[in-house]
This record gives sequence, structure tokens and C-alpha cells, in this order.
Amino acid sequence: MEVSWALLANAVIAGLLLGGFYAAMSVGISISFGMLDVVNIAHPAFIILGSYIAYIVNDRFGFDPIVVSVAVSPLFFLLGMVLYRIYYVCFERRGQESLRGLAFFFGILFITEVALVLIFGVDYRMVSTRYGDVTWRAGAVDFPMRLVVPFLVSMAMVIGVQLFLTRTFFGRAVLAVAQDQLALRLMGVNPVRVKELAFALSIATAGVAGAFLIVIQPVQPAIGREFIGLVFAVCVLGGMGSILGTLLGAFVLGLAESFTSTFFGPSWAPAVSFGLLLATLAFRPSGLLGR
Amino acid sequence: MSNKVFAAVALAVALALAAVTQLIPNDYFFTAAYTVLLFVILATAWNILGGYTGYVNFGSAAFFAIGAYTTVFFYNAFRAPLAVGIVAGTLVAGLAGLGLGYLTLRLRGVFFAIASLALAVVLYIFVVNWDYVGGARGAYVLQPRDVPFGLPRYIHLIYAVQLVMAAFALVVARAIEHSTLGRGLAAIRDDELAAECSGVPTLKLKIFSTMVSCALMGMAGTTFPYYLSYIEPSSAFSLSYAVNSIAMPLIGGMMSWMGPLIGAVLLGSVQQLVQVTVSSAWNLLIVGVLLVLFVTLAPNGIMGWVDAWRRRKGR
Repeated sequence: MEVSWALLANAVIAGLLLGGFYAAMSVGISISFGMLDVVNIAHPAFIILGSYIAYIVNDRFGFDPIVVSVAVSPLFFLLGMVLYRIYYVCFERRGQESLRGLAFFFGILFITEVALVLIFGVDYRMVSTRYGDVTWRAGAVDFPMRLVVPFLVSMAMVIGVQLFLTRTFFGRAVLAVAQDQLALRLMGVNPVRVKELAFALSIATAGVAGAFLIVIQPVQPAIGREFIGLVFAVCVLGGMGSILGTLLGAFVLGLAESFTSTFFGPSWAPAVSFGLLLATLAFRPSGLLGR
Repeated sequence: MSNKVFAAVALAVALALAAVTQLIPNDYFFTAAYTVLLFVILATAWNILGGYTGYVNFGSAAFFAIGAYTTVFFYNAFRAPLAVGIVAGTLVAGLAGLGLGYLTLRLRGVFFAIASLALAVVLYIFVVNWDYVGGARGAYVLQPRDVPFGLPRYIHLIYAVQLVMAAFALVVARAIEHSTLGRGLAAIRDDELAAECSGVPTLKLKIFSTMVSCALMGMAGTTFPYYLSYIEPSSAFSLSYAVNSIAMPLIGGMMSWMGPLIGAVLLGSVQQLVQVTVSSAWNLLIVGVLLVLFVTLAPNGIMGWVDAWRRRKGR
């Protein structure tokens, strides 16, 4: 097969646009797993939950899904606070997070998925937006708006999180928790409170990313677990707890998936993230920008 | 009880159960009992790594499906009998576990957990794209017409085989639990760094217990294609296997071989009831809710209650 430049250019553009969206999905994992050491494997379940909330409101009232998701993000924030409280009291305080904490999040993931199946069934749901069918062309290269809009908002969100973490007092406290909890305690800061709010922030980003997801593709409850490999691959590939690393990892993964589906067929694309995850774990566990 | 005596007793109980239950006229019993026994094997296998060593495997469905699809492969290639499928499926699943363990067990335990979860997704995609074993359409595996041992139907044979395999899994789990190896695993579970410093060969032990655990999960899957004489990827890779094989040991208790057995029999029977009387989606919801409730409120499971009750009585 001769590789045409147009095909290649389209694969690169699609990969970068997809990568931006992956960064939005993974930035929450970078906070919870990378910085707080809370292995929240239920993260994709909250992404799917965000998709469904955006879907309901869009279906009933016709509001834009991304606007809806930003509006309901305080609810996700609260949900995250409650979840972390339970996690802290039942597992982290007793030092049982490695086995039972994981099983707990796995149970949450599973309950969310089954509850969504019970309410909405296993049909694929989609949203209607004004930009959904619009494609912007530059020569032979396509810029489908259903990818461009989530990409732009994703970038804004990820950069916002990065600025928040590096420029504000509270953000620096989160980074400090990641380094040394005892030191934080000696400074008179309660690390549990900091972790609670940071975890809540990570769940809020998941809810917003859910709206991007349903703008990009139709959603059904079970697709959440396909993203578990993806978000952790991005987080580990970029380097644990580094937001810029997450961005880089997301672009690498987006490009790899885009090339795989262009040249080998879309059914193989989901295997890419796992391959990259395993390769990273085997050869460079600290990631690209790891400390 | 020594291991040999226990093995003899377990085998005798399994055979006796197989013989006595043949008197039950209702064929549904065998279908339901097959599923419960399948969960006994999965839960026991999971507990060898999860309960004894403290490493979470989310990929039970992957190893189960490896066993099932190895049977399909040998059936398609050579029309191999069930026994060949059982041995081959167990070995292949064990090798897969060895590979996964070798790659990820050097790192923190959570990486193994995440990799095992992702493995299930990737193997699923692999099988869906592999036409030789049926791809997304699924594959048919015909049950042989004549059933050995004078049993009336093939499901009776599969049920009996599953009983013997469940007994085997329990014997392996108990033998590991009571051996030096088991003590090494417990040391890893309680404090891996201290174990390493005391000269426990942690990596070797972890890889070994992963291999045994995954091999037994594969074994549970080998009879599955014959069960409905049809198999398709989304049923073989169903997340419910992963959830059940974690929920059952957690609910039963993870410290001894009896916990997963109790958990699997209890939860498995409840699920069969709910599935018949309500629906299968509700049945999964119940498993998920029970898992979360037990892990938060009763972390030591039913065996934990039994131990507490014994201690109180002893005082």
C-alpha cells in the first residue's frame, strides 16, 4: 500500500485532536493516582456518568453538552469529596488501600456500569450539537468540529489545572502532599483535607471529560472499562503526577491510536494503549517526564 | 490433616457428590451447579494471589477466556477431546500469568492490577479479530453424542468434571496455604520490604503464585465451551467473572481456603436464584453492592465473623 501524504496528514491531525481529549480524561488520574496515590480505577465510570448527564440534559432541553458538564461539575466535586471520605475512613487510615481499596473502587466502577445499564439499557446514546456535523477543511486535511471543540476545551482545562497546581497556594499544597505528608502536617496543614479537595477536583474533571466523550462518539455504559487501560497508560507514560507529562503521554497515545486505526483498522486501536502501558512498565516505569 | 489425606477426602467428597446428585431428576440443577462450581474454582484461584499474597488480579475473565478459547482452538484444529482442552487450557493460562507477572510484578502491586485489567480488554479485542476461533460471531463446540460413565446427558459429565476440578483447586490452595511457600506469600502480603530483607525470594514467590492462580482460572474456563456448546467473546470475557472472583473471597474471607469456598457457594447460589426470579442485570448489581458493602464494613468477611465468634467462645 502506498502511503499518501493526505492520509498521513489526516492521521496526524486526528491523533493530535484525540490526544488532547485523552489528556482531559487522564488529568484526573494524574492527580488522584499520580499525586495522591489513590488508585481510582473507577475514574472512567465517572467519565461515563458525565456523558449520561450531558446526554439527558441535551436530550430534554437541547443545551450544549459541554456547557452542561461545566455547570454540573460542582456536583461531581461533591461526589468526589464524599467518595474520598469513605475511602479514607475505611481503607487509607487502616493501611488497607492496596488490596481492599482497589476492590472498593472496582465495585464502584461495576455498580455505576450496571446501574446505567438498568436505567438506560445497552443502546448507544449520542448528543446533537450545532458543530457535530461540521467539518472544516484545509486542503486535503479535515478538521471535524466534533473533535476540534472538545480538543480546545480540553486544552483549556488541562492548562487550567496545571496553572492551578503550580500558581496557587492550595495547588502547591497538593504537590506537597504528593511529596511528603508528614512535612505538611508539621506545617500545620491537614493532608487529608488537601487530598479530599484534590480528589474531588479529579472527579470533577472526569465529569467534564465525559461530555467531551459523548460529543466525540456515541456512548454506552460498558465502554468505560476500555478507557481504564487508556487513562493509566497516559498517566504512567507521561510520568506519574506530572501534568505536562500527561499532556505529552496523551498526544503520544492519540497519535499511536490514530496511526493504528488508519493503517491496521479501527478494531485494533484499543489494543494500542495496553501495549504502550506494558512497554512503559517494562522499560521505563518512571515515564517520559518522570521525576 | 496432611495434604495427601486432605486430597483423598476432597476427591472422595467430590465423587460422592457427583454420584449422589445424579439422582436429582431436574436438569436445571446441573446447569446451576456447574456455574456455582465454576465460581468456586475462580474464587479459590483468585485468592491464591489476592488473599495469600495481597496482589489484586482484575483479569480473571481474561484467564478464564484463555482456558475456554484454548479448548475451542484444539477442538477446531484436531477435534481434541475435553481432557486435552483441560490440560492445554490450564497450561496456556499459566504461561500467560507467568508473562504478565514477569513484566509487572517487579513494580508496585497496583501496576500489576492495572495491567491485568487492561490485559482482559486487549485479549478480548484479539479474540474478536481472530476468525479461526469464531471472532465476534462466536464458535460452536459440539458435545460428543455418547457420554462416558453411563451418564444420561453431557451436562452431567461436565458437572462431574467441574466438581473434581473444584476439589483439585481447593487441594492446591490448601497445600500452598500450609507450606513454607504459603508463609513466604503471607510475609509478602503483610510487609513486602521486610520479607525481602529477611531473605524471602519475593519476586520468585509472587511470579509462582500468579502462575498457579492464573492456571487454575484457565482450568475453570476449559469446560465452558461445552457447557452451552457455543461460545462468543463478550460472554467469555464478561466483567462479571472478574467481579465475582474478587467479591467471593472478600465476602467469604481471604485468609484460608474455606473463605472463597463459602463465598462462592453463598453468592453463587443467591445469584442463580436472582437470575431466575428477577433478572441478570439486577443480579450483577447485587454482587457489586455486596462487594462494596463487605469491603467497607466487614473487611474480613464471613470467616472473620466466625473467627471473632470462636475467640469470644474460647475466652
